[in-house]
Amino acid sequence: MTLRTIRELLAEHPLFARFDGATLDELAGCARTEQFDSGALVLREGETADKVFLLRAGDVAVEMATPGQPPMIMETLHPGDLLGVSWLVAPYRHMADARALSNVRALSLDAACLREKCDAIPAVGYAFFRAWAPHVAQRMRAQRMRLLDLYGSGG
Amino acid sequence: MDGAAPMLPVRCRVASAQAEGADVATLTLEPVAGALSGGAPGQFNMLYAFGIGEAAISLSGHDEAGRPMHTIRAVGATTRALTAMEAGAELGLRGPFGTGWPVADQAGRHLLAVAGGLGLAPLRPAILAAAAQPGAVSVVHGARSPDTLLYAGELSAWAAEGTPVYLTVDHAAPGWTGRVGTVIGCLPPALAGHDPAAVSAFLCGPEVMMRATAQALSDAGVPPDRIWLSMERNMKCGIGLCGHCQYGPDFICRDGPVLRYDRIAARLTLREI
Repeated sequence: MTLRTIRELLAEHPLFARFDGATLDELAGCARTEQFDSGALVLREGETADKVFLLRAGDVAVEMATPGQPPMIMETLHPGDLLGVSWLVAPYRHMADARALSNVRALSLDAACLREKCDAIPAVGYAFFRAWAPHVAQRMRAQRMRLLDLYGSGG
Repeated sequence: MDGAAPMLPVRCRVASAQAEGADVATLTLEPVAGALSGGAPGQFNMLYAFGIGEAAISLSGHDEAGRPMHTIRAVGATTRALTAMEAGAELGLRGPFGTGWPVADQAGRHLLAVAGGLGLAPLRPAILAAAAQPGAVSVVHGARSPDTLLYAGELSAWAAEGTPVYLTVDHAAPGWTGRVGTVIGCLPPALAGHDPAAVSAFLCGPEVMMRATAQALSDAGVPPDRIWLSMERNMKCGIGLCGHCQYGPDFICRDGPVLRYDRIAARLTLREI
């Protein structure tokens, strides 16, 4: 098995497909590989959003804790998805829990490092916007559709 | 429909009634006398709860004896009466009516069946027919929650037999290891490994779900003339006479319920119909 560099792993992730080589070179220094066993808590509501995860393998449940009841799974994320959008939204705190549903392999990007790059190199910030905004918008549309409760009575 | 009296119900008996969840039941029917017309996957019958009313219910298959099966959700007076029926109860049946899924026309193509909620019922016979060819069909099924997945046992059996099955729910409690999200989120893995131009899709579920799914499939490269939707409107006569189910130039009961996407794509965006 050939060990691939962080830059290669970034380049093959769908959300980085449109990033040019120079941008990938810049971002690779912010990234590291991470693994989570099935059942492990990947991030927790209220904690500082100091990382954003790019899922490479395995599935993650985004959960909301409810007092006195089991948490509700609001969304599941899968290879190619992005976990932890709060890295870019002040005050940079996670808005939900995320738990590994299976063994997970991911790249994590240091949020402070990313924000610094985006501030220093506007083209990098714009590349993020172009690549990630559609992903976030698609997830928002899916959430809206689920709010309709289409499969309730009569569905 | 066969026969000269499409408005005359055939007296039938419930051969068996199978609960499929809190408000859903599958009735297997047999005629009290004579024989029933077969019916193709995607077609529907008008089921008459005596003294209450008629409802259009799609065929969800035939049992080993060739008796028609209908899976019904209790949403109104008629369907409440139908789902409450037990073996031996009598009801009226007219049909089969309408167009079916063009299963036989998909030879050499990969069939993707996308069902939302009770929409799996009309797709079931098409899936069973297509699954006779190994690897020919993939199934995507979305439900409100894990306990409302329709035909859960059969879905597991299909998956065990090698049919790719992608399940997703709107919300779930811990312990659910499937997806939480919309059926559209299942499309990328369901299409992976297939040339989208060689994929055909059958969609059945709430119209909002079908509209968004057909658009997503089209965007992914599945030809619009290879996507079919099972439309639903208030059907009464079943033979295109009364006009209750008019959908632009079509009557859903006669020209549908299964309609090709490229034929109705523009109409799906019209809010007036």
